[in-house]
Amino acid sequence: MLTKRIIACMDVRDGQVVKGVQFQDLRHAGDPAELARRYNVEGIDEIVVLDVTATLETRRALRHTISAVAKEIFLPLTVGGGIRAEDDAAAAVDAGADKVSLNTAALNNPGLITTLASRYGSQAVIVAIDAKRRGVSGIVSESGFGVFVRSGTADAARDAVEWAREAESRGAGEILLTSMDRDGTRAGFDCELTAAVSDAVNIPVIASGGAGGLEHFADVFTRGHADAALAASIFHYADTSVADLKRYLRAQGIPVRI
Amino acid sequence: MIALIDYGAGNLTSVKKALHALGAEFTVPASPDACADAAGLIVPGVGHFSATTALGQPWRDAISRAVDAGTPLLGICVGMQWLYEGSEEAPDVRGLGVLEGECRLLRGDAEQRLKVPHVGWNALDVSGPCRLLAGVPGGSYVYFTHSFAAPVTDACVASTTHGEPFAAAVERENVFGVQFHPEKSSDAGLRILRNFLELC
Repeated sequence: MLTKRIIACMDVRDGQVVKGVQFQDLRHAGDPAELARRYNVEGIDEIVVLDVTATLETRRALRHTISAVAKEIFLPLTVGGGIRAEDDAAAAVDAGADKVSLNTAALNNPGLITTLASRYGSQAVIVAIDAKRRGVSGIVSESGFGVFVRSGTADAARDAVEWAREAESRGAGEILLTSMDRDGTRAGFDCELTAAVSDAVNIPVIASGGAGGLEHFADVFTRGHADAALAASIFHYADTSVADLKRYLRAQGIPVRI
Repeated sequence: MIALIDYGAGNLTSVKKALHALGAEFTVPASPDACADAAGLIVPGVGHFSATTALGQPWRDAISRAVDAGTPLLGICVGMQWLYEGSEEAPDVRGLGVLEGECRLLRGDAEQRLKVPHVGWNALDVSGPCRLLAGVPGGSYVYFTHSFAAPVTDACVASTTHGEPFAAAVERENVFGVQFHPEKSSDAGLRILRNFLELC
């Protein structure tokens, strides 16, 4: 039976792992290769490296970090942040990324999804969506969830579910869905948002934003219909080990790789 | 020396990395002639079945001759699918045809929320002793990412179920194939690659 994936995300700046609350106040959390080694031993299913400052500071994905992680970890590795053009994706893939994650660039130029899917296959193309619940004054959107860009600072004036469907039709292989409302809060994943998107597409949806306790993961796999769940700080600071989380999920009847 | 066949689809970086880590000597030959001298052949694969058309008649002939001469051949993902007669994904494109059957689109199961593509870690149902999976216990998890798959035939040494069973690993004499990505399947995957290298 296909298992639910647990994915560790490393937000990287200047070659170091950082993690902020709601994309602000970045704190230092360690060396990427060292963290990746620990996660691999603990049984993580996949690793995502996000260059968190790339979009704002117009920097390319950190080639050195990718190589250092990819050299010894034989797990799927995704790189995101600053993938704006085909060349950026090629540089990430050449450094050892199996998948690239597109965010702002995909909204600005949806054709890039198709270009990369043709070159590397859909399995290598993730579209990351940063979504937020609409306030009463927000732009009318079908699902009640809007898309935000530029590390969550700008409203893209798109509906999150509608954009996920378009991304799939253009060749995306997975959706990485982050709740901006929950990111860094440890208040739990936004299960309504996740289910709305997951039920609307046939490609896997990775839920992100808000992981704080073991039960949050069980919730997002059951109520949220997530195919995978991603977390950062909960794993970095060793509050929760991946191994403990998987034992808990298995005891809850959720299929995981142990 | 292992020959890693590059037909331009996707990237070989992760397979190369795994071969490095296992201490294997390999080359990515520019010409089909190199297949004759190789100790083993690996046809990796990501993307669309039609990408295998880049392996034109000279490559097909060279790979077939090497296989007939007993050289071990491992197909990975689309590289495994290419060992069959063809695939529903590109009906006009012929596979190498060293294994019988056609690859078909997985159907998934909407009721059970089984999506296609089949992406993630799934278990191997190992059908009996074989060389490729030596030391890999039944139930081991490996990483898949695909929409099409080969049928369960007598060449199948491990199947996996995603709505329906399909061939996860095949072995017939010196022809081997894996639908999953051993280079992305942590310790179990590296063990399978090492098993293949030891046969070369």
